[in-house]
Amino acid sequence: MSNQIPLQVEQLSIRYHHKPVLTDVSFSVPAGKTVAIIGPNGAGKSSLLKGIMGLTPVIQGNALFYGKPLAEKRLTTAYVPQREEIDWDFPIDVMDVVLMGRHGQLKFWQRPSQSDREIAEQALKDLQMWDFRERQISQLSGGQQQRVFLARALAQQASLYLMDEPFAGVDVATEKAIIELFKQLKAKGNTVVCVHHDLNTVSEYYDYVVLINSRLIAAGPTDEVLTQDNLNKTYGGRLSLLNDLTEQMYRSRLDNAHDSD
Amino acid sequence: MSSFDLADWLLDIWILATASLVAASCAMVGVFLILRRQALMGDAISHSVLLGIVLAYLISGSNSLWVMLLGAVTIGLITAWLSESLHKVSRLQSDASIGIVFTLLFSIGVILVSLYTGQIDLDQECVLYGEIAFVPFDTIIWGDMETGTDIGPRAFWLILIVFLIVLISITLGFERLKTVTFHPSLALSLGISIPFWHYFLMTLVSMTTVASFDAVGAILVVALLIIPAASAYLLAKSLKSMLWLAVLYSQLSVWIGYALSYWLNSSIAASIAVSAGLLMIVTLLIMQIRKVQQKRHYLQQLNTEQA
Repeated sequence: MSNQIPLQVEQLSIRYHHKPVLTDVSFSVPAGKTVAIIGPNGAGKSSLLKGIMGLTPVIQGNALFYGKPLAEKRLTTAYVPQREEIDWDFPIDVMDVVLMGRHGQLKFWQRPSQSDREIAEQALKDLQMWDFRERQISQLSGGQQQRVFLARALAQQASLYLMDEPFAGVDVATEKAIIELFKQLKAKGNTVVCVHHDLNTVSEYYDYVVLINSRLIAAGPTDEVLTQDNLNKTYGGRLSLLNDLTEQMYRSRLDNAHDSD
Repeated sequence: MSSFDLADWLLDIWILATASLVAASCAMVGVFLILRRQALMGDAISHSVLLGIVLAYLISGSNSLWVMLLGAVTIGLITAWLSESLHKVSRLQSDASIGIVFTLLFSIGVILVSLYTGQIDLDQECVLYGEIAFVPFDTIIWGDMETGTDIGPRAFWLILIVFLIVLISITLGFERLKTVTFHPSLALSLGISIPFWHYFLMTLVSMTTVASFDAVGAILVVALLIIPAASAYLLAKSLKSMLWLAVLYSQLSVWIGYALSYWLNSSIAASIAVSAGLLMIVTLLIMQIRKVQQKRHYLQQLNTEQA
């Protein structure tokens, strides 16, 4: 399975109320890498992820998972929704959320077994959330909430992980936990695809980049694709913002260069 | 004299048993309506099932329990489907679509009732308000009309069947219902069918409301669907505890309401609904008082630490 392409998107187009959100986006993602989907606000990053997962209707195109349609590969694909889309007041505790990762394997009348619980326990421990297992989700900080949802995805034991802005509004501890998780997943040959918005950290966290702004701008290894020219094309028109960002990026690369010395 | 007392006592038992089952079924279904933010859908279905009952009766000519259930479920599902389709096609808000669909279906039902008054044993006041005090007099005779035995009120058997269906459905489908209710797109990403579970729930709502019809009517059934579940929502930490709390609240409402109606010599159904509302207000008050106390406690702690 590892020599196959985990995710291949073919000519995907999405309209929302007749307005084009995404047009003719095609790219493929290599196995065992971390992949960032980046672009300005409203570029259709989240829509792309939802279109891939069949959560929003697409007017054209499709996505293949290890060469197969989603219906055949659902359980090998774990989806982490944006934090804002979750009803945090819902009466449910941390352990129950993580156990939802096991539901795909269970018939509707079955309850999670002991081994399902052990898998969920390990997932919570991996994200340092085991101590919070009995908390209601409303009683967690933003970063802890994010880690619960990552643990849920982990408990699914998928080989492809699609995450919608996992780093948005999280604390330093969570950021470290997510990076640790990325390393762990990569070590097992798993693939992680994230919508990401912080340009400063792209080259540090991701091996591969997909740049979109309604259309595909570029896709490829980070050091080849994350160029000033491509960023100009992606974020065009917001030059002042862009100058700041490229300057920051330049600095962070300098820092990295020093780190590796 | 003593035999008269016994009969009186039996009436009370039948009324209380029916009311308890109505309240418990409504509470369980209501939990999912509240969490899915579909409380209005409960209101809608509880009204439009009238059309289902009338049509089922006119078409089949019988008012057996199963025909009533079938008619109600069919119209309930049509209500849910039409509301959703109208919302999608016209891009009206979903609450506006629901309002249009159910009032239309309910009105058709009302017209049919007045057209066929002679044939249908339903009067309009009873449809809107129900009359649980009359429940014990409409009984089912097991076997022959003359030699058979009276096995108790029709409304009781109907709600008992529905209560068992709701209980078994929620127990069996608990994990799926939890996932679908908590996060639909997450459920979808796990390969769980959202429409299936949506219409499954709407079926349960339809059955519950039609079975509650005789007892509490179309308006007050909404109170039982929403208020106990909403009170439980204030306190619950898990879905399971919310279900238990909602049932507990519903039973308390029935007992307090029954006592209230006895004391005021008023409508039993209305007293039950008022009790449910009062219990909710009391719960809210206690929670607010606790919050203030906790704040004070924290402030005191801070002060002592500083001192």
